Amino acid sequence: MTAAADYELTASVDDLRDRVTAQIDAGGRLADLFGTAHDAGLVITAQLAGPDGMTTLDALLPAGQRSYPSLTPLVGSAFWYEREIHDLFGVVPAGHPRLEPLMLPTNGPDLPMPGRDGGPARIDPDPRVLPSHVVGPGLFTIPHGPVRSGVTESIEYLVETPGEDIPHLNMRLFYKHRGVEKRFEGMEPADGVLLAERAEGVATVAHAIAFCQAVELIAGTAVPWPAALIRTLHAELERLACHLDVIVRLADGAGLSVATARFGWHKERVLRLAGQLSGSRFGRGVVVPGGVTAAPQLEPSEILAAARELERQLSADVRLLMGTASFLDRLRRTGPLLPARAVAHGAVGPIGRASGGVDDARQSRPYAAYGSLGTTVSSRDDGDALARLEVRIDEIASSFHLIRQAADELDEVASGPLQAECTIADGRATSWAEAPQGEVLYDVRIAGGVITRCRSRSASFHNLVLMHEVFAGDILTDFPFIEASFGLSVAGAAG
Amino acid sequence: MWALRGLRDGILTTRWPARPDQYAAATRGPATVLAGPASDQVSGAELAGLCPVGAISADQSERPRVDQGRCILCGRCVQLRPDVFGWSAGPDRAALTRNGLVVPAEESPESVAAIAEALRTRTRALRRSVHLRHVDAGSDGSEEWEIMALLNPVYDIHRLGMFFTASPRHADILMVTGAGANGMADSLRETYEAMPSPKVVIAVGSDAVGGGIISPSYATSSGVGAIVPVDVWLPGSPPSPFAILAALLLALDRLPAATGPTPVRSGGAAGGLR
Repeated sequence: MTAAADYELTASVDDLRDRVTAQIDAGGRLADLFGTAHDAGLVITAQLAGPDGMTTLDALLPAGQRSYPSLTPLVGSAFWYEREIHDLFGVVPAGHPRLEPLMLPTNGPDLPMPGRDGGPARIDPDPRVLPSHVVGPGLFTIPHGPVRSGVTESIEYLVETPGEDIPHLNMRLFYKHRGVEKRFEGMEPADGVLLAERAEGVATVAHAIAFCQAVELIAGTAVPWPAALIRTLHAELERLACHLDVIVRLADGAGLSVATARFGWHKERVLRLAGQLSGSRFGRGVVVPGGVTAAPQLEPSEILAAARELERQLSADVRLLMGTASFLDRLRRTGPLLPARAVAHGAVGPIGRASGGVDDARQSRPYAAYGSLGTTVSSRDDGDALARLEVRIDEIASSFHLIRQAADELDEVASGPLQAECTIADGRATSWAEAPQGEVLYDVRIAGGVITRCRSRSASFHNLVLMHEVFAGDILTDFPFIEASFGLSVAGAAG
Repeated sequence: MWALRGLRDGILTTRWPARPDQYAAATRGPATVLAGPASDQVSGAELAGLCPVGAISADQSERPRVDQGRCILCGRCVQLRPDVFGWSAGPDRAALTRNGLVVPAEESPESVAAIAEALRTRTRALRRSVHLRHVDAGSDGSEEWEIMALLNPVYDIHRLGMFFTASPRHADILMVTGAGANGMADSLRETYEAMPSPKVVIAVGSDAVGGGIISPSYATSSGVGAIVPVDVWLPGSPPSPFAILAALLLALDRLPAATGPTPVRSGGAAGGLR
């Protein structure tokens, strides 16, 4: 994690592309690419994750210049990031292969321009800006969304198909774009964490941790050890709930009604345990800059007992599920993400780890209490929906292990303050946390005691674009399994 | 094998609302003003620092009041002034009017009774077969989880004759989450218009009721009331499954009087389901 005073213009836009490709050739991956409106123009920031942690490259596109050389032709993972920059700031990445609106289709002169003082009061998406789709002979487009069957978040999938196969899929995120990053601006960090919790509601704790760590880096605050343990405890409960949610959706898709009910019950009990600890079933209001608000409302021994009971019943159901052939047949070789593609994109989270990846921020760039608790990373090479499920099942087991360790440690540590003094200082810092969906990355800048720019990059945004890649040979009825096995949140992706 | 596994742990389903449920009673709701002596006044300057979303204001006699429709349950006021603010508890968190979420209440019981009677007349025909449609208008994703939870064996809303439907043409109740993202405004309006009458709209969650912490934003409204007419207002960030269940029963006038939030339901023979 890194802290700095302000934007350090370490690259010019013209050589940003070369700097980024050099880093990627050296084994790094593009973790984020975003813009910030600045007095001097537009600062384009690339975050590169490498073996030595996160490297930040800032390049200035001087005011008046409306175009820069696109990174996407050389770095495919920049595909959505540059579309986002185009939507929010109106600059054109020259040479981008498909510069369609993604987050905000508009032709108006007013753009959100995060980082700039003030901004438009209201922007309505203009569907006329969206291209009408060109289709080949016999091809047609099935629009799926934004209002879909079942209780789902709003997104539109455009399935381009000649009948049953899915040769191409397109996604539109703008329906539920909420302008989260712009909303951070002008907030005090103590309020900002409440918004971070709601940037991606099912990954509340991970977002709150990543945001607060950035604020703490700027302030130079060290979080008390018991607070780090409590953060870890909640983060792992959140992982359990999210992974169980994926299993519920997969079982539901396969029509296994008893399995759906059983895992739905387990998920409910995880949420209730989180609620008993903190008062919020999603662990909201726990993590604050400097530490945590309160100790868990259950004794460590009670947490251990609840976790033990849950794990016992859950493992029996997992064993049965993983022996149900009719279920496994739906997942095997469904939605395969080739390891080479996963590496090229820098896929994060269970999706990346199911395609040969081994990156887990809890282990490679540890934070909270993970450094001393020890995290095992689970990985598979098949890259299909089954591999993604297997990775999650391994992670459920390791989450229980971490919960036990954290509760044991909490039992042993002397009671002390749970919140260190966190004097808000001016500056800028980058921080991360491993959400159930993968790494979330925050870049926070504070001036005059308030947030002036907060980049919140969810794992969902980084990974969702990979849905383009995984439909080789799959048919329409595989779609629900592929979507569920990705396990991403539209709220996190749409910003 | 799965059939046997389904029998392993007996019946997991709550009996609520027919029987009390401990978890339902303990579920945390938005902040509320504790009944106390009038000396518990909070100065105007202090009020502003107590709530990050401006849900707390002062009435004419400078007593603090909480707009639960804006409250995001962050707990700051409860932590800073535990003598004045506390948590509400239990599932009955929804109101039939937007102002009904302001505590202490400022609405006259008569006007609420008239609204309740009008809703009762509309929903009487739905009886015990009610079809639900959900639309996400910019939620953070947690509300969807809590609505989905109604289908798990613990809540199992099928026992109450409620079912989710894919088509708005078959839907009686529209549950809307999120503050009303601009991109969803047309889709939400079209879904509402596609539903047959009588129809009921429930704003699920503080974002849907009053915009929550995401508003004001260039990309959302401050609540879905700006897009479709709302009948039942349910705060919470997110509201718990029990609170959502109670809001559904409130919309259908099937919430038992014993657990009801207002004296409205004492209104005689027209109430309840025959």
